[in-house]
Amino acid sequence: MLKIADKIFNSRLFTGTGKFSSSELMEEALLASGSELVTVALKRVDVNEKNDDILIRLKHPNLNLLPNTSGVRNAREAVFAAQLAREALETNWIKLEIHPDPKYLMPDPVETLKATEELAKLGFVVLPYIHADPVLCKRLEDAGTSAVMPLGSPIGSNKGLKTIDFLEIIISQSNVPVIVDAGIGSPSDAAWALEIGADAVLVNTAIAVSGNPVQMARAFKLAVEAGRLAFEARLALSVPHAVASSPLTSFLNE
Amino acid sequence: MNSFWDIFQTCDWDETKQSIYTKTSADVERALENPKRNLEDFKALISPAAAPYLEQMAQISQKLTLKRFGKVIQMYVPLYLSNECNNICTYCGFSYENKVRRKTLSPMEIMQEVSVIKDMGYEHVLLVTGEANQTVHVDYFKKVLDLIRPHFAHISMEVQPLDLEDYQQLTPYGLNTVLVYQETYHQDDYRKHHPKGKKSNFQYRLETPDRLGQAEIHKMGLGVLIGLEDWRTDSFFTAMHLNYLEKKYWKSKYSLSFPRLRPFSGGLEPKVEMNDRELVQLICAYRLFNEELELSISTRESPDFRNNIIKLGITSISAGSKTNPGGYAVEPQSLEQFEISDERSAHEIAQVISSQGYEPVWKDWDRCL
Repeated sequence: MLKIADKIFNSRLFTGTGKFSSSELMEEALLASGSELVTVALKRVDVNEKNDDILIRLKHPNLNLLPNTSGVRNAREAVFAAQLAREALETNWIKLEIHPDPKYLMPDPVETLKATEELAKLGFVVLPYIHADPVLCKRLEDAGTSAVMPLGSPIGSNKGLKTIDFLEIIISQSNVPVIVDAGIGSPSDAAWALEIGADAVLVNTAIAVSGNPVQMARAFKLAVEAGRLAFEARLALSVPHAVASSPLTSFLNE
Repeated sequence: MNSFWDIFQTCDWDETKQSIYTKTSADVERALENPKRNLEDFKALISPAAAPYLEQMAQISQKLTLKRFGKVIQMYVPLYLSNECNNICTYCGFSYENKVRRKTLSPMEIMQEVSVIKDMGYEHVLLVTGEANQTVHVDYFKKVLDLIRPHFAHISMEVQPLDLEDYQQLTPYGLNTVLVYQETYHQDDYRKHHPKGKKSNFQYRLETPDRLGQAEIHKMGLGVLIGLEDWRTDSFFTAMHLNYLEKKYWKSKYSLSFPRLRPFSGGLEPKVEMNDRELVQLICAYRLFNEELELSISTRESPDFRNNIIKLGITSISAGSKTNPGGYAVEPQSLEQFEISDERSAHEIAQVISSQGYEPVWKDWDRCL
């Protein structure tokens, strides 16, 4: 089972709330996904409104809220937004998203490290969205992060695991859970991430924008379960060509 | 300081126009197939040669927009603060020479307007004024921003171009977005349409987005007034301007509008007419050229057109708009800047959006940001 900070998750599929054609459909898809952690952009909800259309639909016993700081451009703004989220949404979990670049939404590693340090000191459970940068992951561990969320490919691109080589390094040396965050476009991408040992994936666009979000949510649920099972069963190594008898070392037997 | 003016001066209007009009179907097909489209591809997509490919363009535009923005449409509404203006603009209802009663809203009147707008459900507001620097100046804007900031999640401004220092002063007051339309990139025509007032300075207006970028504004909006000059050439210069800005001011977000010249009492007839097919072509061309760009449609367009454009690439829409200061509550009968074409309420438009399988989004920013 997956444990982040003090919380145990049965589902390794984390989800988002954006881009759905209606909040009803969002709720239905999230429930079908079996997800227990759903991220919500602070900027999209009205925290002063008790009946906020999004928040009200996320009130389910198994669904934990993961507010995100989408829209902030530096550590200072991120810390401020996180504090607001903690107060308004009554959770000390925060998905740190700092992208000064609104076009490709690339995360700023310098500001993210700074904000993680500060937020960890303030008692937050920090899940930072970052590039698939193995060194940054180690630095974030030192700074007190609760997990790392490297991207598979640019956010919203549905291009899959373009960063596979770096994800494998990150996974092999991480002491905190690794959640592949952006770019997962299909259930097979999600399964692949789990197969290589990612602890979880976060999927939003691929579900929300699909032809049938509820069915797609279920497809991701199954793919994530299958990927994890495969990882635990240990995949047979693939062999590029037939193994010959030992032409180089057979002399040792002579 | 380097600015877009340096690049702009090296371009020739007539040459650019000709290069658009001589694009062939082969150029269009190449542009359709190429997933990373450049300015030459954009020329092909806005050229007459692309007309037969409209359905294909719309299909791609819809897909790209869904991928980036999802099944949502952002709602916003204009709030006209003032119709005082020292500029003569041949196409505008607030032009200096027009005999309309001039009015700048007082704080109390602004709050009356805000209350109506809030009841409509809005969280994103666009402040609009003419250009009257003696009364509607940076200090006035500061007061207005202070006043309304607690009531809105996102505040945009469409007012006279300001100096860099002014923008730097206004952003801490909660100014998120500034729209400044060049009207036309045809310099001679620009002069003809803006014979008097500060607005007659073409270069100062052209360099406004540079100043906004330097002020690190969150978002800026560009556009031309369609009808003043050849829309294809003007749109190409807009795309070029956008390209330049995106590379230089990478921390800002960009949006585009495509206002078609609307009649007002005693106003100018459009020199160039753009029909609905052409406007769809332009919207799709922008989307194919730039996947991340916000594209906005106002109540200048007809109900039928707006109903059908929702799925084709736009990302934000206004509704229930009034284009006169005090139009919502204080003086509903005063003269508008232009006649709107879609009189439906915000609620009705939200229903139209929902019925098409999209979610109307009222809030997608926060005053804490």
